[in-house]
Amino acid sequence: MDAKKSQKIAFGVLLATTLAVVLPVLFIIMIIIKEGITAINWRFLTTMPSNGMRSGGIFPAIVGTIYLVLLSVAIALPVGVMAAIYLNEYAKDNILTRIIKLSIVNLAGVPSVVYGLFGLGLFVIFLKFGVCLLSGALTLAIMELPVIITTSKEALSTVPLSFREVSLSLGVSRWQTIRYAVLPHALPGIMTGTILSISRIAGETAPILFTAAAFYLPRLPGSLFDQIMVLPYHLFIISTQIPNMPSKSTYGTALVLLILVLMMNFTAIVVRTYFRMNKKW
Amino acid sequence: MMRRLGKIRDYAIEKMIFISGIAAIIFVILIFSFLVREGGSFFGEYDLKNFILGHFWYPASDPPRFGILPLIMGSLVIVLGAGILAVPLGVMAALYISEVAPKGLKDLLKAGVEMLAAIPSVVVGFVGMVTLVPFIKTAFNIPTGLTALSGCIMLAFMAMPTIVSISEDAINAVPWNYKEGALALGATKWQIMYRIILPAAAPGIIAAVMLGIGRVIGETMAVMMVTGNAAVIPSGFLEPVRTLTATIAAEMGETVRGSSHYKSLFAIGAVLFVITFIINFIADTYLHKNKEQ
Repeated sequence: MDAKKSQKIAFGVLLATTLAVVLPVLFIIMIIIKEGITAINWRFLTTMPSNGMRSGGIFPAIVGTIYLVLLSVAIALPVGVMAAIYLNEYAKDNILTRIIKLSIVNLAGVPSVVYGLFGLGLFVIFLKFGVCLLSGALTLAIMELPVIITTSKEALSTVPLSFREVSLSLGVSRWQTIRYAVLPHALPGIMTGTILSISRIAGETAPILFTAAAFYLPRLPGSLFDQIMVLPYHLFIISTQIPNMPSKSTYGTALVLLILVLMMNFTAIVVRTYFRMNKKW
Repeated sequence: MMRRLGKIRDYAIEKMIFISGIAAIIFVILIFSFLVREGGSFFGEYDLKNFILGHFWYPASDPPRFGILPLIMGSLVIVLGAGILAVPLGVMAALYISEVAPKGLKDLLKAGVEMLAAIPSVVVGFVGMVTLVPFIKTAFNIPTGLTALSGCIMLAFMAMPTIVSISEDAINAVPWNYKEGALALGATKWQIMYRIILPAAAPGIIAAVMLGIGRVIGETMAVMMVTGNAAVIPSGFLEPVRTLTATIAAEMGETVRGSSHYKSLFAIGAVLFVITFIINFIADTYLHKNKEQ
């Protein structure tokens, strides 16, 4: 067989495999939209669940998810950005830096359920916060740290060296240089990474299983030390633990969660393209 | 005076930056020490050898038996099956996306892969439960579709974004002059791809596979929803299995704090932590190899 012909066959096979990888994504999204769209109405989104969750809405789960995600990112963002500043602006190429980088890789690889155990051990039991919003948010914050650090570091590293040199040559201190000459230019990249990490966190179930999530709680959280209902956990419960659950509201919950997550991803992509287009250097 | 204050402030901020810098190290140590703190005393009550090699996981029987071999085998079967499916498909997709696809299609495919990474695992698990599980039940004519095979297929997809995007980076990092040299000698694009690009990108692809495997071992919700969760040593892909992660997630809620069962789940967590630590360490080493080329 000649080389041209085998290339044609090979490319055909490659295309087929790629489609086999990508098309199921569309399938998953479409099936959830198709079955879930009929469940979604104002009542479903804004009322408390009732009748053992078989009827009523998912309002507390939506609110719980938003609280949890916002709180966790408020905790993780400052630490993550400062860690990125350290790695990109201060760290020397030495053994400590190598260990930090390895730790970040490992943090990113720790299974989500192990984060759940850790949160249970440290926040719920050792620090006596109990199973609550705060424990869950802290657990998730540590989990999203690697993503925020990695993307922020990348954003910082794209700011040209000359920006720093000009500022430093004017006698501005190192921190002031970073604060005024580097950080503003890295902000879009940091924002993109942060939104992506939020969308990842919003769908997590295992880390909050034993740290924050309540099975059924038909009221909104009143303080940091309240248990909360959360969308992904709610979906897990109603799809596996409750007999005779009407499938409509299960799909509806899945759709709300999916929309929430994909919307954040979409926002991240918009922010990224917008700032890429308006980049001045 | 102002100058002095500014210096003090700078100093304080730079100290905070340093502490944040080493936060990752602190958290890795904290995670491991809390797993040991809660789970370590389990081995005062139960033999390590019986824990790792015991054939029976009966935490509620009297006396309880905490052998995690069936759970390890369950995780292994899932990793093996998902790997067999995901590795060739993922690498081929990465090759197509980075070397063959025209610009517009390339962006579309990349967006598709990114979207897959964004779908929460509990949603993937739910869709698997309502589509794949009944399909496998009827296709193989078996009593339940909650099998290792269902888990393998779902997890192959969940590992895909990791494998595709990291392999793609490795393929893109192959220097241009490698390809130009071969092109000048009259090689076709396909010949260049499998004779030159693939071998040159191999370390990065190995890293991608390792990270994909790490993802599969750590995955909890989706696997718990489609594999049936029977804690017995699996003898094939068409039987229910239970993984290490699913055991923790399913049983922690029922345990009494401080009981042997509770501690044993933390011990499983420590085992998982060590496994993923080793996998990530190897992957990281290969990634560095790829960069040094």
